[in-house]
Amino acid sequence: MADISINFAGIKSPNPYWLASAPPTNTGYQVQRAFEAGWGGAVWKTLCEPVLNVTSRFGAHHFNGQRVAGFNNIELVSDRPIEENLKEIYETKKRFPDRAIIASLMVEPQRDKFHEIVKRVQDVGVDGFELNLGCPHGMSERGMGSAVGQHPDLVEKSTLYAKEVAEVPVITKLTPNITDITATAKAAERGGADAVSMINTINSLMGVDLDTWNTTPNVNGMGAHGGYSGPAVKPIALNMIGECARQPEFNIPISGIGGISTWQDTVEFMLMGSGNVQVCTAAMHHGFSIIDDLTEGLSNYLDDKGVASVSELVGKSVEKYTDWSELDLNHRMVARINNDICINCNKCHIACEDTAHQCIDMLVDGNGKEYLEVREDDCVGCNLCAIVCPVEGAIDMIDLEPTEPPMSWNQRESALQVLNSK
Amino acid sequence: MGNLLHNLLTDEDLEKNFAESRPSYNAQGAFDEANRCLYCYDAPCIKACPTGIDIPGFIKKIASGNLEGSAKAIMEENPIGASCGRVCPTEVLCEGACVLNDSTSPIMIGDLQRYATDWSIRNEQVMFKAGKRNGKRIAIIGGGPAGLSAARELGRMGYEVTIFEAKNEAGGLDTHGIVPFRLPKDISLWEVEQVENLGVEIRTNTEVGKDVSATDLVSSYDAIILTAGMSKVPMLNIGGEDLKGVYDAIDLVEEVKNEKYPTEFVGKRVAIIGAGNTAVDGATTSVRLGADNVKILYRRTEAEMSAYDFEYEFAKQDNVEFRWLITPKRIIGDSDGYVKQLECVRMELKETEFDGRLQPVEIEGSEFMMDLDIIIKAIGQTRHHQLIDEFGLEHHNGVVKVDNETYLTSHPKVYAAGDVIFEKGIGEAMAVTAAQEGKETAYAIHQQLNESNESEAQV
Repeated sequence: MADISINFAGIKSPNPYWLASAPPTNTGYQVQRAFEAGWGGAVWKTLCEPVLNVTSRFGAHHFNGQRVAGFNNIELVSDRPIEENLKEIYETKKRFPDRAIIASLMVEPQRDKFHEIVKRVQDVGVDGFELNLGCPHGMSERGMGSAVGQHPDLVEKSTLYAKEVAEVPVITKLTPNITDITATAKAAERGGADAVSMINTINSLMGVDLDTWNTTPNVNGMGAHGGYSGPAVKPIALNMIGECARQPEFNIPISGIGGISTWQDTVEFMLMGSGNVQVCTAAMHHGFSIIDDLTEGLSNYLDDKGVASVSELVGKSVEKYTDWSELDLNHRMVARINNDICINCNKCHIACEDTAHQCIDMLVDGNGKEYLEVREDDCVGCNLCAIVCPVEGAIDMIDLEPTEPPMSWNQRESALQVLNSK
Repeated sequence: MGNLLHNLLTDEDLEKNFAESRPSYNAQGAFDEANRCLYCYDAPCIKACPTGIDIPGFIKKIASGNLEGSAKAIMEENPIGASCGRVCPTEVLCEGACVLNDSTSPIMIGDLQRYATDWSIRNEQVMFKAGKRNGKRIAIIGGGPAGLSAARELGRMGYEVTIFEAKNEAGGLDTHGIVPFRLPKDISLWEVEQVENLGVEIRTNTEVGKDVSATDLVSSYDAIILTAGMSKVPMLNIGGEDLKGVYDAIDLVEEVKNEKYPTEFVGKRVAIIGAGNTAVDGATTSVRLGADNVKILYRRTEAEMSAYDFEYEFAKQDNVEFRWLITPKRIIGDSDGYVKQLECVRMELKETEFDGRLQPVEIEGSEFMMDLDIIIKAIGQTRHHQLIDEFGLEHHNGVVKVDNETYLTSHPKVYAAGDVIFEKGIGEAMAVTAAQEGKETAYAIHQQLNESNESEAQV
């Protein structure tokens, strides 16, 4: 059995799954239930001066019958007194000493405020801090959350203030609501962060009700932007993590967050550079028991791959992520249809015909049986047919034997420059 | 079935027994099923539908919540689409062609069609408008699937259409001849109403050849379409057929369709002669009327029976017994003139010179008696010979001959479609086929009348 325990920036937990700072980690009752179910750690819902919340608070994007492809919330940080939270953190840690409890903090970017809260919280015994510099709604209007997280200098300062007094690791949580997340990630590192976590939620409006024309969610008929999470944000999170992980001058661990719902997502996030993962929306959709398959599936995967420890996955795909200008222009790939698996829905044909490169023919064989065939000379290997195909294995994307040596755009440009300068 | 062990069925029992048996989708069920549809391109289900309904299109509209558009897409191609959603042998048509048969399980197209059209019925949708009157008059004889479909299309194209309907209500077999627990009568009557909404006049209780003559129709209409379907179940031509307790399956179904439930079936032993879909209807109706034991007797075997697989399955679930290779010889009555026994003989299948098909041949000396109370005849239907002769149409054993493309008969003004042109062994006598033929006849008439207009204009 593979070892799925981790040591993330000095914080140990029996598996890489932490509940993200969010509604599921609002109380000791909830976090203890999660630990009973098997979660490796929990980032407590952000401690702050207690806020007032509104109703309603959540919205979801359902797609073609699939519930919660995306999720949106306008709930703020903890609305319970810090003292109460600290008492429950203490009790929970006492009951589950092997699990990681990370306190999420949010204060204005001032030294004394950071010092005060860090000292106060670490007195009850937490395994680490996560600085919430990413909350995109409500708190940002008060000069906190993403209002801080969007300014590299404020990220650096906030991290520095926390680090000045923290005796346990400090993770700086980053907002995706920024053009280049590597800028704030590097700022966190400059501020002395032991790690970063990303991504917080993305600015979003979930929808508009077709009958009332109110926004979803809305509070007494009025709406405001919320934070987007769930499966739909996974690709955005994965890119941001990959972009940070591949920066040569960025060298601290990343806690991956953003739409993780399955053990497969976890493997992808870790390969792309995450030292562990945090989960929220999937738990909100299905409850804490999803941890069972998350850990077992991961463990089985590692065994199948002959990987002894989950930590060995971390960053293994980072070197495969680069700039477009480094991609091989001479590589050729084509689609091939397996007619014994194909069910003849013709979705590949029409997708290619209407919207790609018109290279999948609908043909009839000698026995009058319909079949589909790719004209490989015209195929640009775009993947569209394989993407729309509803049957696993019916379309393979095949690498063709290279006819020319690899050449990237950058190599081509420099070769041209050499030629032109002659 | 409610209350079979008792001697009497209450009104509630009967209402329950004859209510539509297959549950309809609720909104969530329809939405989930609709979302399973792949939305194939050049979809095989469309090609497998005799009326060519844009099936992926109407299903997509269920998924999007556009039920109005969904029902319209169905009814556009099939004027009896609400009935067909219930009675089509979908497993050999659209659902049989669904590509998901090759991966998981086919989309329940019939049930989704029913869901969409039911919505339309509940919401009293008016989907189609009559075309601007073009001054041409068309007479349609018989308001069943073929006649209604032709009338609907002609009405939309501006023709003044009159349907002559022998019965008191139009709809043909859908209204009168398919058991209510498979197709409630009001569904078919809604389809009739849709056609009437286009200004089509339906003269019910009007029999051509009796109440109005063929000659009159020929002289007063620009074209006539014969869509009279088929007639009664033929005689068995065995002794005792006039005994009390001998029924015609078609008549029996018509009675229960009109909520007139015979009381004499309760606790009785019933045999149905024949093994087509009407025989199954007779059998399942008997069960629902409280019969104690119901058997289907067929002179061939399971392999040759003409009932659809789902009908066969339906009957078996109703505990109907199937007895193969048996032919009735004689019905024996009691002193009061009621059926008491049926003398049968066992058959075997033998190759004969007649055609390639195995023929049932009596096994000599294998006669036996079966104690019975009721016998239902369901051995096919006779043809409207008299009506055909009124117009002097060429026919083959009562099957009217038509041009394959135009549906024109041997009479230059008379067209025919539906069961009147259905020849055994060629295609299927399905409501959906009749509907398509009705549509095609309408287009053929439109073309012909326009062509003759043009040639007149040239003169």
